[in-house]
Amino acid sequence: MSVAIENRAELSKELAAFVEEWRNKPGNLIMVLHKIQEEYGYVPEPVAREVARRLRVPEAQVFGVLTFYNFFNLEPPGKHRIAVCMGTACYLKGGGSILEDLSEYLNVPINGVTADKQFSLQAVRCIGCCGLAPAVLIDGEVVGKLTKEKMRETLKKYRENTQEALVTSQAL
Amino acid sequence: MPYANFCLICRGTACESSKADVLYDEIKQYVAANNLSEQVQVLRTGCFGFCEQGPIVKVLPDEAFYVQVKPEDAEELVTEHLLKGRPVERLIYREPGVHALGNIDQISFYQKQFRIALRNCGFIDPENIEEYIAREGYVALERVLFEISPDDVLKELETSGLRGRGGGGYPTWRKWKHTKEAVADQKYVVMNADEGDPGAYMDRSLLEGDPHSVLEAMAIAGYTTGADTGFVYVRAEYPLAIKRLRTAIAQAEEYGVLGDNILGSGFSFTIEIRLGAGAFVCGEETALLLSIQGERGTPVQRPPYPAVKGLWGKPTVINNVETFASIPVILTKGGAWFAKVGTETSKGTKVFALTGKVRNTGLIEVPMGITLRDVVYSIGGGIPGDKKFKAVQSGGPSGGMISSENLDTEIDYETLTALGSMMGSGGLIVMDEDDSMVDVARFYLDFTVEESCGKCVPCRVGGRQILHLLQKIADGKGTTEDIDRIEEIGKTMKASSLCGLGKTAASPALSAIRYFRQEFIDAIPADAKEDAV
Ligand SMILES: Cc1cc2nc3c(=O)[nH]c(=O)nc-3n(C[C@H](O)[C@H](O)[C@H](O)COP(=O)(O)O)c2cc1C
Ligand code: SF4
Ligand code: FES
Ligand code: FES
Repeated sequence: MSVAIENRAELSKELAAFVEEWRNKPGNLIMVLHKIQEEYGYVPEPVAREVARRLRVPEAQVFGVLTFYNFFNLEPPGKHRIAVCMGTACYLKGGGSILEDLSEYLNVPINGVTADKQFSLQAVRCIGCCGLAPAVLIDGEVVGKLTKEKMRETLKKYRENTQEALVTSQAL
Repeated sequence: MPYANFCLICRGTACESSKADVLYDEIKQYVAANNLSEQVQVLRTGCFGFCEQGPIVKVLPDEAFYVQVKPEDAEELVTEHLLKGRPVERLIYREPGVHALGNIDQISFYQKQFRIALRNCGFIDPENIEEYIAREGYVALERVLFEISPDDVLKELETSGLRGRGGGGYPTWRKWKHTKEAVADQKYVVMNADEGDPGAYMDRSLLEGDPHSVLEAMAIAGYTTGADTGFVYVRAEYPLAIKRLRTAIAQAEEYGVLGDNILGSGFSFTIEIRLGAGAFVCGEETALLLSIQGERGTPVQRPPYPAVKGLWGKPTVINNVETFASIPVILTKGGAWFAKVGTETSKGTKVFALTGKVRNTGLIEVPMGITLRDVVYSIGGGIPGDKKFKAVQSGGPSGGMISSENLDTEIDYETLTALGSMMGSGGLIVMDEDDSMVDVARFYLDFTVEESCGKCVPCRVGGRQILHLLQKIADGKGTTEDIDRIEEIGKTMKASSLCGLGKTAASPALSAIRYFRQEFIDAIPADAKEDAV
């Protein structure tokens, strides 16, 4: 990503087209921010500034909105994103201890990213699969009826996949 | 040639998380490979409600109810059942006294249910408008456009007694009437699909399983009130629901039941999607409208109500997903039909997400007036592991605990409020003897404190104080005065907070104290409670 003057970023073609499409629609800001997050996995500040300029919205308003809504991340997430459901149904069935165990196992604070940037750990609210409580989302996929053991087992797969990928990329 | 067999595969979020998508592809493949494509229709449907047993596959007309079906089972299912007519016994759902082959309605989970809002969920392919149309879809819209007047629509809704399913229970016809009578150059219809209750997924399943019914209802609301634009405000956390809504809108436009000059009537109505961004307070209607406008979602004082002054200051009808989902069928079957179900003040049915410590968890739709006992024991199958029932929580973070003395209460808006809880949007969470009421109250307060927008003092400060006191009691450091303090602060919050979040935030704590005071007292160290008894 090239950073242009005044700490504003250039936009990808797709993002620029999206902003253009929404520019004159009332209430476009949140939709555009969603698009940014979809593209980058978070909302990089320079991109937000550039979008503010293009939409002719004051930067203060953009950052006001970004900080109000929990869904937007201002920091880059890990390669794999783990979201532990802490909705009522999952909480009652032990979601809290799964969250704590993960935090210990991965050595990462809740809402933080591991040192190797492989995993980010988040507590979220109801992912709509309460019938499968306790449930966790990993990279958007639901894993339900969890126990600590099953959770660790699942993570191993992700770990191995990443390590394999690392080995292959080094071999290349 | 008509199909001889139908194979319905649930593709709701919960089942997809257990590979129902792969299962669907596999079954289709085996059906084709066995030259059965002419005889068997393989259907992707929305949630059957019994998510806990998913992935679920239903074969009709044999009425075979298969549960926990894995992609590896696809071949056997197709070659045995669909080809040779021999149901695969090992996958058929069983419970004491029921073997779910030819008698799906005997399954205790389904027995006391009555489906109005969920009428199509689990029966049709939500990504195919023709299936919705085949089940009387868009018939109500056609009737409204060509046969009856907007006033007739209001009258039918009034007869039906339909009240808002998003929590408040305001009569829908009256809301629409306010907007209809408001004079303005522009009006809007908004669907609240923000579903913030952290333990509930009624709206999600409706959107995933039957998106056209709510789109049809929004168009009807538009015609009735004089609006030409609708917005769906949906949680960004619901990607499948969003995708199916988008598909449904595109198909509806293609079929001329949305967009310009609907069915040649001269009436135009377009629907756009706006995404929420993880703020519970945005489920509150005034906050939600600001969020659609692209702003921070901070509630504002009502009146004026959105019905007269809403989105961009224009009259706006805002209803919940389930409210909308009930409307087309009210207009085809008649308000009187709907009003036959339910209690004196609360007509029709309600969808609940039954979760927590019950054997059968899932999505249910029951007539208003059903008892909690029926829900927990008949539908839910009771408490697992021989544990004792302790409480059921309704209304989410705005609701309260209901104890065993009140299990025979007939559920409706008024009875739940009288018990110190509320109908809410439909979360029903069962708790057993292992669950601590102090801890559950703390859990909810933790939620509302985090989600409070901070605009008004009673909510911002009061919520934090209650949370602090609950934490203190949970840590074994409380005093009996702390319990009284919680009640006092709760009353103040209820009386003087600006929006519903603050007004009801104390309810989980207040109801826990009301029914389980002894548990709070027991948590207090002996030296701090001399004067308690
Ligand atoms: C804090 C708070 C959260 C709310 N969340 C929702 C929600 O998630 N879904 C919903 O339909 N209504 C929610 N409501 C109620 C709405 O403000 C509004 O009453 C409702 O959408 C109106 O639709 P109805 O008449 O069809 O129920 C919430 C209210 C408050 C105060
Ligand atoms: S009651 Fe709470 S959420 Fe509502 S406006 Fe006041 S501070 Fe905000
Ligand atoms: S509470 Fe965890 S999925 Fe609903
Ligand atoms: S998602 Fe399949 S039964 Fe609910």
